[in-house]
Amino acid sequence: MAKQLLSGNGAQALAARLARVQVIAAYPITPQTSIVEYLAEAVESGALPAQYLCVESEHSALAACLSAAATGARTYTATSSQGLALMHEILHYATGQRAPVVMGVVNRALAMPWNIWTDHSDTISQRDTGWLQFYCESNQEVLDTVLQAYRLCEDPDVLLPAMVIEDAFSLSHTVEGVEVPEAAEVDAFLPKFEPAFRLDVESPGHMGGLLGPDLYTEHRYNIARATDRAHDLLEEVEEEFRRRFGRYHGGTLDLYRTDDADAVLVAMGTAAGTARVVVDALRDKGVKVGLARLRVFRPFPLEEIRALAKDVNSIGVLDRSFTFGAFGAVHGEIAAAVQALPERPFLRGYIGGLGGRDLTPEVLEGIFRDLLKGDDGGPEVEWVGLRRYRHPEVTR
Amino acid sequence: MTRLTIPAEELMNGGHLACPGCAATLVMRYLLKGLGPKTIVAVPACCWAVMSGPFPDTALKVPLYDCAFEATGAVVSGIRAALDARGQRDITVVGFAGDGGTVDIGLQSLSGMLERGTDALYLMYDNEAYMNTGIQRSGATPLGAWTSTTPRGKGDRKKDIMGIVLAHDIPYAATVNVAFPEDFVRKVTKAKGIHGPRFFHALSPCPPGWRYPAEKSIEVARLATESRVFPLYEVEGGRVRITRRVVHPVPVAEYLGAQDRFGRLSEARASEIQATVDARWADLERREKVA
Repeated sequence: MAKQLLSGNGAQALAARLARVQVIAAYPITPQTSIVEYLAEAVESGALPAQYLCVESEHSALAACLSAAATGARTYTATSSQGLALMHEILHYATGQRAPVVMGVVNRALAMPWNIWTDHSDTISQRDTGWLQFYCESNQEVLDTVLQAYRLCEDPDVLLPAMVIEDAFSLSHTVEGVEVPEAAEVDAFLPKFEPAFRLDVESPGHMGGLLGPDLYTEHRYNIARATDRAHDLLEEVEEEFRRRFGRYHGGTLDLYRTDDADAVLVAMGTAAGTARVVVDALRDKGVKVGLARLRVFRPFPLEEIRALAKDVNSIGVLDRSFTFGAFGAVHGEIAAAVQALPERPFLRGYIGGLGGRDLTPEVLEGIFRDLLKGDDGGPEVEWVGLRRYRHPEVTR
Repeated sequence: MTRLTIPAEELMNGGHLACPGCAATLVMRYLLKGLGPKTIVAVPACCWAVMSGPFPDTALKVPLYDCAFEATGAVVSGIRAALDARGQRDITVVGFAGDGGTVDIGLQSLSGMLERGTDALYLMYDNEAYMNTGIQRSGATPLGAWTSTTPRGKGDRKKDIMGIVLAHDIPYAATVNVAFPEDFVRKVTKAKGIHGPRFFHALSPCPPGWRYPAEKSIEVARLATESRVFPLYEVEGGRVRITRRVVHPVPVAEYLGAQDRFGRLSEARASEIQATVDARWADLERREKVA
């Protein structure tokens, strides 16, 4: 194991290389582009003996990964924002095919207008496609999670696709020291991909086909069961990863100083890093607050959230996207999870950090202070630091 | 006694969900006879996505993969890449798509596949409309043809897919017609031995869509070539070769008259079509001479 300075994108690419991916299909989009540039370099130099397909769109990138996976290859692609939106149709195909594709996604806002900075609307919009979603807090976690994702997704009891997600620029273009495992160690953790079913001329079959009302429900139910198994298996995979590599990233819900906390903030991605600093500062002043970093949004850790919620007075949920006409997506899921509890904590949603706006320690401390007041009759959803500006020409 | 030049081996099962008289069944059958069992076929949304039958049936004795409507070109690149990664270079990868899935929604990924030099064969079976969804106009529908979205006849001309494909400077492209199976299979056999992207434009008459009796498919298909509406030729390394030289063409009106989809065609429009067919044939002969 050696330490290297890596950006989040560098960590994605190096992890794909360590996973010995066999087919890469990619299309450039800021701020994902350097991932596929690093991989192109690795393939051209011979460091990674893989097939690299320069395709004409993200839609084609994922379609090529799926057909390659169907033929028995380990595949990787990466995208962001508009590219992920363009892939939407094929995201569904991936789940239906039960293709264990791993994709790096750099969170970025959606047009219009153009905005290339961090925002979770792109991945949250793909919530119902059946992809597992891992939100990372550090570049180390990016590298480790790509490896864990292949191991989990290729398990015959799972066979589902996964997104390993990093915030634009805060991770994608920010360099930090990352422990890089030896290739042999990774090989021992991640065996060769040999699917039970593939396009094989020695044993011809039909992949896809037409499934009528008599069996389609069962097909979807099987995906639901596989997703539940992915939740259970993730803990085992992380434990084995800890045993082999000495690192652990918190399973599905990464708790930080939540014991005896009066108020807990739930956050995803890099906002959690800032929140840890704020938690420490407030704890130093005797204020009992904690952080629950939601590492895995799909499968959603219902039981873990309930276990947390039964001991906490107030939960605040920070969403870096908004489901118009309702709540932030994580807020809505947590509200649904805690409704089964006999005594529910006070819950408030906070919308912030959209389109790359900084979530500073001051902003997050404000959220904790607000939460500690408990139910003050305020709104269910608070837009953090909203600038109320009216153009002089606009009269109402 | 003449020797049968078409391989006897059947790689399409005797059972499928096509309409009676569907020429697309023969297109698949002749293609697979030419390619043999070491073939993987990808099919996007089109008639053939249904024709192979519901799960767990398949009409083919080779692996069949269903893909998204607009993605065939990318999908064959993915299969080829995975086979190459696994060291399986002796397998022919086929994209088998309809005309809408090729000239309209799938044109981008087809162009990508041709440009990146994917070692695979792409066949477009051309029934000249979106037949699977109920005979809607496609970019391949010919001028004047009735469809359910051109009730008074299409006012625009058919897209020249061979011209588009050849602009990518690929090693082999050919037109094929089920009414001429020896020519069809010979071209497929030849293409099998060529590396790089290869393209086939297969005419695929459709009784319900073209509005003629189901038993007339071969007759209509033959008229298409004998009237020079659908010339048979191949382009190898940029060299054009006409493979069925139609010296005394039947009038285009005879081909049009055999199908009710052209039933409302005015005489002026029919003459316009004849003139276009004549000009295109002359152009094809000129290109053959240049080569």
